[in-house]
Amino acid sequence: MTEVWITVAAVGVFTIAFKALGPVTLGGRTLPPRLLGVVELLPPALLAALVVTQVFASERDLVVDARAVGLLAAISALLLRAPILVVVVVAAAATALARALA
Amino acid sequence: MGAVASEQAPLREGARRVAPLVIPAAAFGVSFGVLAAAAGMGTFAPIVMSATTFSGSGQFAAASILDEGGAVVAAIAAAVLLNSRYVPIGISVAPLFRGATWRRVLEGQLIVDESWAIANCGQGRFDRGLLIGAGLVLYPCWVLSTAVGAVAGDLLGDPEQLGLDAAFPALFLALLVPQLGSRRALAAAFGGAAVALALVPIAPAGLPIVAAAGVCLIGWRRA
Repeated sequence: MTEVWITVAAVGVFTIAFKALGPVTLGGRTLPPRLLGVVELLPPALLAALVVTQVFASERDLVVDARAVGLLAAISALLLRAPILVVVVVAAAATALARALA
Repeated sequence: MGAVASEQAPLREGARRVAPLVIPAAAFGVSFGVLAAAAGMGTFAPIVMSATTFSGSGQFAAASILDEGGAVVAAIAAAVLLNSRYVPIGISVAPLFRGATWRRVLEGQLIVDESWAIANCGQGRFDRGLLIGAGLVLYPCWVLSTAVGAVAGDLLGDPEQLGLDAAFPALFLALLVPQLGSRRALAAAFGGAAVALALVPIAPAGLPIVAAAGVCLIGWRRA
């Protein structure tokens, strides 16, 4: 149990510090124009990386499993301009169905 | 009155924009509570972790490693590496934070992937009201849903059987699509995805995401 609390404390302290670093050191200042081009590309790069690792990574292996079916379902729903909630539900349902059938 | 109203309107807009994310975020919080309880973290520690760390993917990374019987050091390293993305994320929104240091530290905790994506106005600019408003909705939602998962997990069954592990990438994809307005953004998305996938088999957990964030450096403008 002590190990659990060490994990909770360490991850918490680091994450709080990571989130606070920019606002505390650079708060209220305008970012230099050169940096705006970098900042602009941070959301697409990070979000895309989070999507593909959550779908195709299984520990240190790359796999195509039921989650990929969910991703395809989500892409289809987005192409049909479905609202976010529908996209998410469709993805979960497709993955659950693929698992049930497998 | 006028100042209060002008401060509150953007917060309400942020809360309104984040509303469709509440149910998927709660589902993710419940899944985390269930996984953490199964990983031997008990019921209280996962709730404390959600209240302090407030970052789904990092918490999941730590709990999964503990669940698989991994070492505490490995669990901490994976979550810390993964959450180090909040350093560049925090810098990207830094201009929105003013006032006393303690206030900036506290408000900075409301930065989370979803609130950050919602607050993005494009061209490297972000909206303070949207970021804080969305964060104020997501935070209690995250802590409460973790509590539900940790306490009542046994009654809810296996989150994977419900396909909940596919719900979250779908949510991030839905947040990503509106950001792909330019060819450069599209290139950054494909680049980030490619770097992350290439590193999964060879790099320690968490590192693929940090390295993918580095792809945004292709946007550096020469003076």
